[in-house]
Amino acid sequence: MMPLARDTEQSTQRHVASDVPFVCALAVVGGLYVLLILAMLLADVAFLAPGHGSADIIRHPLNALSGTLANALAPLRTPEIRYALKLSLISCTVTAILSVYVAVPMGYLLSRFHFPLKGLMDAVLDIPIVLPPLVIGLSLLILFQTPAGRFVQRFIPVTYCVPSVILAQFAVACAFAVRTMRVTFDQLNPRTEQVALTLGCNRFQAFWRIALPEARRGVLTAGTLAWARALGEFGPILVFSGATRMRTEVLPTSVFLELSVGNIEAAVAVSLLMVIAAVVVLLIVRVAGSETSFGRAVRP
Amino acid sequence: MIAVHGLRLRAGAFALEGISFEVPSRGYAVLMGRTGSGKTTLLEAICGLNRPAAGSIRLTGREVTGLPPAERDIGYVPQDRALFTTMSVYENLAFALSVRRWTKTQIDRRVGELANLLNIRPLLGRMPQGLSGGESQRVALGRALAARPSVLLLDEPLSALDDQSRGEMHALLKSVREQTDVTTLHVTHHVDDAEQLADQVLMIENGKIRETQSKPYEDHREIPRPGETSVRHNL
Repeated sequence: MMPLARDTEQSTQRHVASDVPFVCALAVVGGLYVLLILAMLLADVAFLAPGHGSADIIRHPLNALSGTLANALAPLRTPEIRYALKLSLISCTVTAILSVYVAVPMGYLLSRFHFPLKGLMDAVLDIPIVLPPLVIGLSLLILFQTPAGRFVQRFIPVTYCVPSVILAQFAVACAFAVRTMRVTFDQLNPRTEQVALTLGCNRFQAFWRIALPEARRGVLTAGTLAWARALGEFGPILVFSGATRMRTEVLPTSVFLELSVGNIEAAVAVSLLMVIAAVVVLLIVRVAGSETSFGRAVRP
Repeated sequence: MIAVHGLRLRAGAFALEGISFEVPSRGYAVLMGRTGSGKTTLLEAICGLNRPAAGSIRLTGREVTGLPPAERDIGYVPQDRALFTTMSVYENLAFALSVRRWTKTQIDRRVGELANLLNIRPLLGRMPQGLSGGESQRVALGRALAARPSVLLLDEPLSALDDQSRGEMHALLKSVREQTDVTTLHVTHHVDDAEQLADQVLMIENGKIRETQSKPYEDHREIPRPGETSVRHNL
């Protein structure tokens, strides 16, 4: 029995329902999605494990993992896949760099200035995000068959050549980078740039010395996002660049080509290769980022 | 000198009409008014950050109404201080000087003077993120004063400070005034600030401005403490 005085004290207190169910619900909903992602990757890994389906994986998980890794890297023995990997890595990097160069000024323009037709420009920038990628590839193909497109191709061959791969990736990936940069600049306090103006800067100097360094993490995110988006680009490249081995074949094309001839093992192996490439690049960017902008920003 | 004549400003829902006032050289004016009365808008117009619909602004006898902020020879401390978070305290203080392409030696000397004046020497190597309210206010003030502007514009510089820090800042602003030739316009809603610092009080109400108190400028310079003589000379 509790003392009487304590009882009356408690009766005046307001009882609030426990937070546990809410937090649990958040954890369950979020956790399910994370589980789905991990399950997909694990299934790929298990599929490539030597003698998959047997109980060996459970008995010797380390052996199975090294076997999987060996199987995932096995496609690298063929020159076609080596070429596709090289083209993927190079084209994605070029696309990411180009996207950042376009996205930073564009994001800044949209975030800091008001001008006629800004709404229209904003809407146009959403087109590559909402349009089916295949349609973008087709539109690019048609664009380069117009007189203007043919004129350009007299000097630089684009369609079914390497530049078309980069252009197809850029057309989609850049829109994501622009969105990221715009949100980044929107979240930065414009007051610091205004102070820089009063301290003797013109608008370019305020942008270059203040806004851009403050946006460094956003730039990194925009570049990474564009890179990852470009790595996965498939539909537009298939239409605009074709799927010629040793010429315009990128890793997603390889997956498609292997699948179309029923070689599922090779398709999964190339997929895992892409996962490994993506994880390695993301790690490099994160580590580089933490040592520059992030490390500096949190330094006491 | 700050001379504003017939200024009309639009800012969102309200407008300021026929704003005229004058702050003499080396004067210290406190501009008071309720939240949302347009104090900040007026200050921004003097900075050149928003364009007035009509009227003129003259600073130290020079017409600046159409000039960009960079050419107005001002120091501005915004309400949120807006320190440059990617730079150390030293770099914040040196910013206006490096924009003006001062040499490394000149910048070093000037930052040293400011650090002494504002008593922030131990902070020079720190980043703004870890500073207390009073400390960041001093840094923001130093950054504004670095290039020796003729006009200092302060937007609620003491609003977020505790009583003790406010007292210290009052003393600091007085000593800045004694050691520099700057003309100050200080926006606040604290009567206390006006009583402590102002020789001229301006009230902004219903889009209009009126002067409520004015006293001639008294030079209450104290005998300089040891080590400060050279500083005052340079400032």
